[in-house]
Amino acid sequence: MTALDIAKLKRDFPILERKVNGKRLVYLDSASSAQKPLAVLNAMDECHRNYYANIHRGVYTIAEEATAAFEAARRKVAQFVNAPRAEEIIFTRNATEAINLVAYSWARANLRAGDAIVLSHMEHHSNVVPWQMLAAERGVELRWIPLAPDFRLDLSNLDALLDGARLLAISAMSNVLGTINDIRPLADAAHAHGALVLVDACQYVPHVATDVQQWDADFIAFSSHKLLGPTGIGALWSRLELLEAMPPFLGGGEMIRDVRLDGFTTNDVPWKFEAGTPAIVEAVGFGAAVDYLSALGMDAVRAHEVSLTGYALEALRDRFGESLTIYGPTGVDRRGGAVSFLFDGIHAHDVSQVLDEDAVCVRAGHHCAKPLMRQLGVPATTRASFYLYNDEADVDALVEALAKAQKFFAV
Amino acid sequence: MAGLEDLYREIILDHYRSPRNRGELPVPPAHKVEGFNPLCGDEVVLYLDVDPESDMVRDVKIAGQGCSISQASTSMMSAAVKGRPLAEVRQLIRAFKALMSIHESKLEGDGEGDGSDLAAELAGVRLGDLEALQGVVKFPVRIKCATLAWNTLQQALDETAQAQA
Ligand SMILES: Cc1ncc(COP(=O)(O)O)c(C=O)c1O
Repeated sequence: MTALDIAKLKRDFPILERKVNGKRLVYLDSASSAQKPLAVLNAMDECHRNYYANIHRGVYTIAEEATAAFEAARRKVAQFVNAPRAEEIIFTRNATEAINLVAYSWARANLRAGDAIVLSHMEHHSNVVPWQMLAAERGVELRWIPLAPDFRLDLSNLDALLDGARLLAISAMSNVLGTINDIRPLADAAHAHGALVLVDACQYVPHVATDVQQWDADFIAFSSHKLLGPTGIGALWSRLELLEAMPPFLGGGEMIRDVRLDGFTTNDVPWKFEAGTPAIVEAVGFGAAVDYLSALGMDAVRAHEVSLTGYALEALRDRFGESLTIYGPTGVDRRGGAVSFLFDGIHAHDVSQVLDEDAVCVRAGHHCAKPLMRQLGVPATTRASFYLYNDEADVDALVEALAKAQKFFAV
Repeated sequence: MAGLEDLYREIILDHYRSPRNRGELPVPPAHKVEGFNPLCGDEVVLYLDVDPESDMVRDVKIAGQGCSISQASTSMMSAAVKGRPLAEVRQLIRAFKALMSIHESKLEGDGEGDGSDLAAELAGVRLGDLEALQGVVKFPVRIKCATLAWNTLQQALDETAQAQA
């Protein structure tokens, strides 16, 4: 494994050359959405300029080229998460749509009143609300894995929660706490109870080498925009047999084999789930993003983030001690690079406003995880999150800007 | 570029650090209304006691939590309306919203017409300390923080009027 050369790599991201308020941009909001390298921008530009056409239809050269590029992107994404077959990757709009696809297709075909779905208190709204909608519609019961005091899942009652459950829908990495959940044992436990497993891997796939076969889950959802790719495209991975048995989600062009006045037959997987013209150029960008990450090596990306997160946790503790409360595991073990905190009684919005003066971009608010915020007993936190293009100078800039906020709001 | 001093005027920080009229009032006679900003979780709890004889705000108390702008705006609002006749309070709400939206419409590049209509709302209303909140309009995402208290007050007035009707 070759360590990342961050100074060199930063130059791949044109936006990082931008100045805000005369200051160097310090982008610490990658958990929300990541910045894009030139490789992605160029691949998309090249598609638009040279071989853009609708896919799977035209027999002319550029339509064939566009189709080939779209399907090549599917293979790249499949390889990136070690999926056994490219057809097992379904392109969606984002992770949210991937989860909704499972809720509308698999769950509505298979779940009945009285069935249970197990979720956790650390889920993003996109892995909560689709199940609440289903629960309201079908009388499905939702059960919750609670949070332990160390900001990890409290699994002491897992067997009881899984008893009679049909699905475990769980995040691989919390976008608020940074906590990494160990998926394999959870999947084994769920399967032992006859439940399927959906993993919200939206925060995990961009930062840690992912092997869907090792996880042995049944559905995995993630988004392109958090892993250096464009918005407007995401992916659902599932096992081919499962996908083949599921009814279609959206109806329209592309997802059909034949349409007659009295009905239709569906196309093969994955196209069965890709109704309408997909995000073609975005798929090309998604493919370029995983190529970029694979070339660097996900183990090197992870190693860099572990070291930087460790540096940040220590720097924040050293400088601010008791006046800064971190919501998340205190060490780098089984933890990602999202660091949420409350700072000296200063509201998260005021903190991020002062930080913006120094071009330090952090997130303030509930991070689309209101049930979790309620468990933590805080209305909002400030969150800094790191990616491969961040370095210790970025953490230092964060610490200095926080010191400024503390002075500004000092009572 | 608008600086932090434009947003966080000294008087705002003062209201944030030492909020006026914090507490609760017995319901009834007071009316209780809660306002939320779902985007950032800011919360305003307003107790409004209106004297039906004189149509005056007899007393007002506030609770809740949120950022400095929402909490300072709430505190300033409470100080501004306490002991005032309802007609003046309504005028103040309109004037305050105009103060916020004149700039909003300017920011969005709307026609002149809007601006002058809103300016009419402001004419003759003394905003006093509240003018310190004017800087907020240069920070569009924070406007909702400043207007939360006033929307909650509007709701309290409407509900009080309904209850008396
Ligand atoms: C853990 C987690 N799940 C799901 C999502 C939803 O992703 P998207 O908005 O791309 O659908 C996010 C995005 O913030 C997330 O952090």
